[in-house]
Amino acid sequence: MSDIADRVRKIVVEHLGVEEDKVVDSASFIDDLGADSLDTVELVMAFEEEFGIEIPDDAAETIQTFGDAVKFITEATS
Amino acid sequence: MFDLTGKSALVTGASGGIGASIARALFSRGAKVGLSGTRIEPLEELAAELGEGAHVLPCNLSDPDAVKELPKRATEAMGSVDILVNNAGITRDNLFMRMSDEEWQAVLDVNLTAAMRLSRGVLRGMMKARWGRIINVTSVVGATGNPGQGNYAAAKAGLVGMSKSLAYEVASRGITVNCIAPGFIETAMTDKLTDEQKARILAQIPAGRMGRPDEIGAAAVYLASEEAGYVTGATLHVNGGMAMI
Repeated sequence: MSDIADRVRKIVVEHLGVEEDKVVDSASFIDDLGADSLDTVELVMAFEEEFGIEIPDDAAETIQTFGDAVKFITEATS
Repeated sequence: MFDLTGKSALVTGASGGIGASIARALFSRGAKVGLSGTRIEPLEELAAELGEGAHVLPCNLSDPDAVKELPKRATEAMGSVDILVNNAGITRDNLFMRMSDEEWQAVLDVNLTAAMRLSRGVLRGMMKARWGRIINVTSVVGATGNPGQGNYAAAKAGLVGMSKSLAYEVASRGITVNCIAPGFIETAMTDKLTDEQKARILAQIPAGRMGRPDEIGAAAVYLASEEAGYVTGATLHVNGGMAMI
């Protein structure tokens, strides 16, 4: 779990250029981390590649926060 | 200026006069080219003429599965698709009142829907590279209309709206999306016109002549170039002044 969270956090920090300590479970990509809608598409693409999973569009829409992403990826890779 | 060394371009409709000229022009500036089309023989002739760095990628654009595969095949052949030229087009002319659903759909499928699917297919790579060029070949009739071409004009006008919308979405990622709108160009399509039809058309063209395919190729080179990086959502009209829009 923590390994996944670290890898997701690294992608988010790199992609959005935000401070690591801002990337908490409740942080919304759009409202708190300054992402636009295209950034969220790119983040999902990056998650797919990092973890070798497919995130369908309807699932991607439910991933709003850092915590959502970690939870989804943890379930998808378990 | 206009050096495309290291770039890879996928050109649809490369078996036709304009598509072949676009492919030649991009290749002459150093790009690798993926030549797509339905007729394999002219594609192979063109690839043989160009030599190393030209790849034949036959595809029937009315087949959604084949369209989905094309960007992947192009990436396998060339390493990436940095430039996509949606040039392929078909006509099924008929008076509007006589136009069948099939004639309408066939033209929309190839001229508009395939361009959307191919653009969608190449975007992931372009987004990651933070660089891309999508060039959609429309037509002057998309802006002016043309009797007997309700389907064709709708598809071509549709490409313009699609290009502008996509241009908005991806501009911040270094990807530009533009259209080239040729007027009357000397190709197999215009060879079929009668002398009388040609005379009537020429009377409307201030330049007093039809365009040459290489003049469309030059427009494509410009829009594909690094130098055109600030041009997006535009339509470049290449029509000898026939419609100044």
